[in-house]
This record gives sequence, C-alpha cells and structure tokens, in this order.
Amino acid sequence: MLTFLVRRSIGAVLVCLAVTFIVFLIFIVVPGGGRLGTAERIAGKNATTQNVINIEHQWGFDRPIYVQYYRLMKKMFTGNLVSYTSQQNVVSQIWQGIPITLSLSIGAGIIWLFFGILVGVISGVTAGRLSDRLITVLALIGISMPVFWLGIIARYYLAEGGITSFFPDGEYVGISQNPAAWFSHLILPWLVLAVLFIGFYGRVLRGNILDTINEDYVRTAKAKGLSSRRILIKHVLRTSLIPVVTLFGLDFAGVLGGGAILTETVFDLHGVGQYAAQNIASFDLPPLMGVTMYGAFFIVVFSMLVDLFYAYLDPRIRPT
Amino acid sequence: MAERLLEVDDLHVHFVTEDGVVRAVDGVSFELERGQVLGIVGESGSGKSVTAMTVMGLTRDVNARFDGEVRYKGKDLLRVPEDEMQGYRGAEIGMIFQDPMTSLNPVYRIGEQIVEAIQAHERQDKRAAKRRAVELLKQVGIPNPESRVDDFPHQFSGGMRQRAMIAIALACNPDILIADEPTTALDVTIQAQIIELIDHLKDDFNSAVIMITHDLGVVADIADEIVVMYAGRIVERAASRELFYDPQHPYTWGLLGSIPRLDRPRPDRLHSIKGAPPSLITLPQGCKFRPRCPHAFEKCMEEPRLEQRVAAPGHLDRCWLDLDYKRVHRDETISGGHTEAA
Repeated sequence: MLTFLVRRSIGAVLVCLAVTFIVFLIFIVVPGGGRLGTAERIAGKNATTQNVINIEHQWGFDRPIYVQYYRLMKKMFTGNLVSYTSQQNVVSQIWQGIPITLSLSIGAGIIWLFFGILVGVISGVTAGRLSDRLITVLALIGISMPVFWLGIIARYYLAEGGITSFFPDGEYVGISQNPAAWFSHLILPWLVLAVLFIGFYGRVLRGNILDTINEDYVRTAKAKGLSSRRILIKHVLRTSLIPVVTLFGLDFAGVLGGGAILTETVFDLHGVGQYAAQNIASFDLPPLMGVTMYGAFFIVVFSMLVDLFYAYLDPRIRPT
Repeated sequence: MAERLLEVDDLHVHFVTEDGVVRAVDGVSFELERGQVLGIVGESGSGKSVTAMTVMGLTRDVNARFDGEVRYKGKDLLRVPEDEMQGYRGAEIGMIFQDPMTSLNPVYRIGEQIVEAIQAHERQDKRAAKRRAVELLKQVGIPNPESRVDDFPHQFSGGMRQRAMIAIALACNPDILIADEPTTALDVTIQAQIIELIDHLKDDFNSAVIMITHDLGVVADIADEIVVMYAGRIVERAASRELFYDPQHPYTWGLLGSIPRLDRPRPDRLHSIKGAPPSLITLPQGCKFRPRCPHAFEKCMEEPRLEQRVAAPGHLDRCWLDLDYKRVHRDETISGGHTEAA
C-alpha cells in the first residue's frame, strides 16, 4: 500500500509539472508575436510602452525559452505573479477567493451527493414504476436547466429584493464573522449549483443499480436468506456507488478549482470562479495562468484521492 | 422409510412478458427424501433451473404466475409470504449456482460472505461465526482455511470459489442442497472433485441434494433418481440405473448419445440432437419433442401423459412408441446412426 501511495504521489507531482509546462506553452509560446508581442499580451490593455519593455525584461522574453519558463514558475510559486491591469497580486487574490469557493463547493457537494444518491436509489429500486418515471423527468429538467438562468430565477423569486425575500440576495459573509448569515447567504447558491449534479448523479446511480441488481452475487445474497434491505445496502449499493465516487471526486475538484464560474457570478460571490470570469472578460493573462494552475492542482489531487479510495472500495484493484 | 423433505406437485411457473406468456414450467411433480440425490437433466430452457429457483422462492416477481404446490416438510412454500421465505432460504434449503466466478461478491472477503450466511439465520457473534466459517472451508477442502478465510474471491481459483459457494450454501446446515449446474463453468478435472465433494457432504450434513445439469454424465454416479425435462415438462423419470439401462424417451436417448463413451464403438462424430428447443411462448402441438424426434408418427400430435409404460416401478415416461419398436431402434438412435424419421 505504501509503495502504491508513493508511486501515485510521484505521478501526481509529475502531472502537476506537466500542467505548468502546458500553461507556459499555451499562454506564452504558442500565441507567438515575438518578444514584444508576448510582453504586450501579458501587460494587458492600456499598458504604457515602458511597462511593456519592463515586462519583456522581467519575464525574460529576450532570453532563451527555458529562462522564460523558469521565471514564470518562480513568479508563480513565490507568489510574485502580478496582474498588470489591476496591479494586484494574483496569488493573494486567489487566496482571498478560496474560503468563498470552498464554502460554496463543500455545501453544494454535500447536497448534491446526498440527494443524488437518494434520487438514484429510489428510481433504481422502483425502476419502471411511477416514482421512477417522475424522478426521471425531474432529473432531466434539472440537468437541462442552465445554471445562470436557474440562479437568476431563484434570486428573482426567493431572494431579498425579489418576490418573496426568503433569503438574502447574493454576496458572501465569512463563517467566522457570522455563521448564521454565512449559511443563509449560501443556501441559494448551494441549491442552484447542486441541482444539475443531483439529476446527473441520480441517473448514473440508477443505471448502476439496475446493472448490479442482476449480478449473480446478488442472487447468492438472496439465496442466503438475507433481508431485501440488507441485500440492497450491502450488496447492491456498495458496488453501485464505486463509479459515483469517481464522478464526485472530479466534479468536486472542478468546482473547488474555480469551475463554478456561473454560480459565483450570478450570486456575486467573490470566489476563484468569479475571479477567473472577470479576468477572462478583461483578457488579463497573469490571473488566468494562476487560476488554471490552481484548478489543475485540485483536479490532480482529487483524482489521486479517488484512486486511493477506489483501491479501498474495490479489493480487486488493491495493490498487494 | 426415509423422511420425505420435498414434494413438488403439478408445479406451473409462467412469466408474463411483452411477447406473450412464457410457460417455463408446466406441470412438474417430483419428491425428494432425506439422503437422496435427485438429478434434473435437460437443455437450456427446459425449465430445470426455474423449477429449482422456484423451490427457493427466487423466481418471485410481479410478472411471475405460479400454480401447483411446493411442499417442504408439508408446508407449501409457494404460498409463504416473502419475509417468512427468507427464513427458509439458506437455513432450510441452500443453493449453489453455475458460475462461481460471478456468484461471490468481489468486494467482501470469503469469510465475511460465509459469516453473513450464518448470521442471517443464527444468533452467533462474529468470532464464533468466523470459527465456523474456517471449519466449513476445511470441510469443503480449502487448504490453509485459517488464512484463506480472509482472502477475497479474486484470490481464489474457480474450483476453490465453487467450494466456497458450497460452504456458504451449507453454512446453516440446510436439509436440501440445490446445485444448479455446479460444474458447468469449471475445468473437467475439477468437475469430478466438486461432484464427489457434494456427494460426500450430503452424508456429513445428512441432507438431500437436487443436482441440476444438462449433462447426464455429471449425475450418472451420484443421482439416485433422475428426472429428464424438456420444454417445461418431465418427459422421463426413473431410478438412475434404470434410466441408463432402459431409457424410454427419444429425448433421453439423444442426451445419452451426446455423452462421449469409451465402452461403445466410436462414432464418426459425437451425436447431437437436431434442431433447437421450442419457444416456450408458442409450444408445438402434441408431444413437445415431436418436431425434433426422428421417430415421430401421427399419434404424437396428441400429447402423451407421464405414466408408467415399462415393468420397472417408478419408471415414468411420455412417449407413444411401443416397447418393441423402441427395443429395435433405441441403440441405433443413441449411437447416432438414426437421424431421419423412421
């Protein structure tokens, strides 16, 4: 197990390294434009000529390519990556967004995992009956609704300033400042973000359950005289949930890595996703490089966790 | 006289499907006594597995229709509610299945799966149940049971997994062990071992065995009585010796002919029964084997009843052919010489 862990960690580090290299290629090498053109792109709109020349020198665009790569990495990992448009430090901006994005993803993740499993189990067990058909329709509606639309509708009907004013409208309140306000401000974003995943997870789990229920070992469990509840939980669900673990790991990492761009924007949560959205709009490259690296990091870490958890869940792929 | 454990009486099992009613089992009757081994033989789709699964209550479904009786020690299992049936499965009747590679749950240790079977019916703490699991593995011939009990199924070979399945089925000391094609998925060398093991454990556990197979050779040595099924019906039923020495139904002849044998002249090709079993939705008129039978004649348009036509008591069959005709043509058919209609 230890060698597996070590090997998998080394692999993860290598993947992260590859990501840095790809980021470097995409943002700096591939677009081309010569040393000045590259510096102009990094400098952003409205940059003075002096700025561009400084950047060219600082980033080493007048030097060989490996120096450029080294300087980019040095900036990124020492926290010196700066947006030349807003004059703000990228790393500290991301750092500020993390509590918000983390709050959003953990809450939404719990909701979508819980209800996704619930919905999947109900429709899997009652497959073909009315409850299953109803859930199928609802799940498809959930999957089809665009997050930006659902978010705005939710704000319009439920948030303060809208029709009912049940919930506060948007913005984030720190959990340490006021836990109750933190919670009430996040309910709508959590639900809106979770809706899409609930429908999707429900469908996936339903399919898995229907496959597993016909497995020979489920028949063996019945032949042992186990109760149907025990068969469902111990023999059907246990194996049906394994693929859901992969999905959840990667989806959760995606949201945590700034993937909830739409939800964060609609509800005015200044998380990593919204930071990315702003800088995409203003075509400010240093923040985008930072966010890309940050997102990739979570994907890599979580896919490693998924692998480890997988080995725990399925003894067949456990290294001996 | 030995205790009568099971009486299946005029059992019908039909499944309602979109294409029509599948008559999987149509009027099957047999009895099983303690210590007896009953072989049920037939092709795929003959209803042999459905019969056995129905005894276990495993065919219960919204689309399944049952008729007749399955009396276990006098109690009709067809009419026992599902939660009461759980008390019979595993505890009174144990079952092992065809494919040991898929019949064990891959994510639990062998020991856990045996312990689960024990704890489903007996109040035993985990340690006692595990000790019993080790004991069971030893009885079914797993080497080093103390350590192998903690293995996962994928660490077992096919034969060992089937042994583990037998251990699970026998965990609560059932009176009846149903083995549904227990050797079909195994290597030939392992097959004989498993059959022998079942035969031997039957005496240790003082139970009866229903052995389901498509291969008469498998049950030849151990069955006391053999039931041959075709298209959901019993076409011939006799004591094992009787069935091999004086088979009455042309379908049984076909089955016998498809066993490779060393004590007969070697045929050019191993004999097979022509054609395929009929659809259980639209069964042929009269004798169900008529379309494939090389000896069919006009009278076969009417279905014969299962009754005694030979001197040996308890030897029943469903065939209109007269005994003299059969005496003349039987060996020829078994050895594969006779393929066209007489």
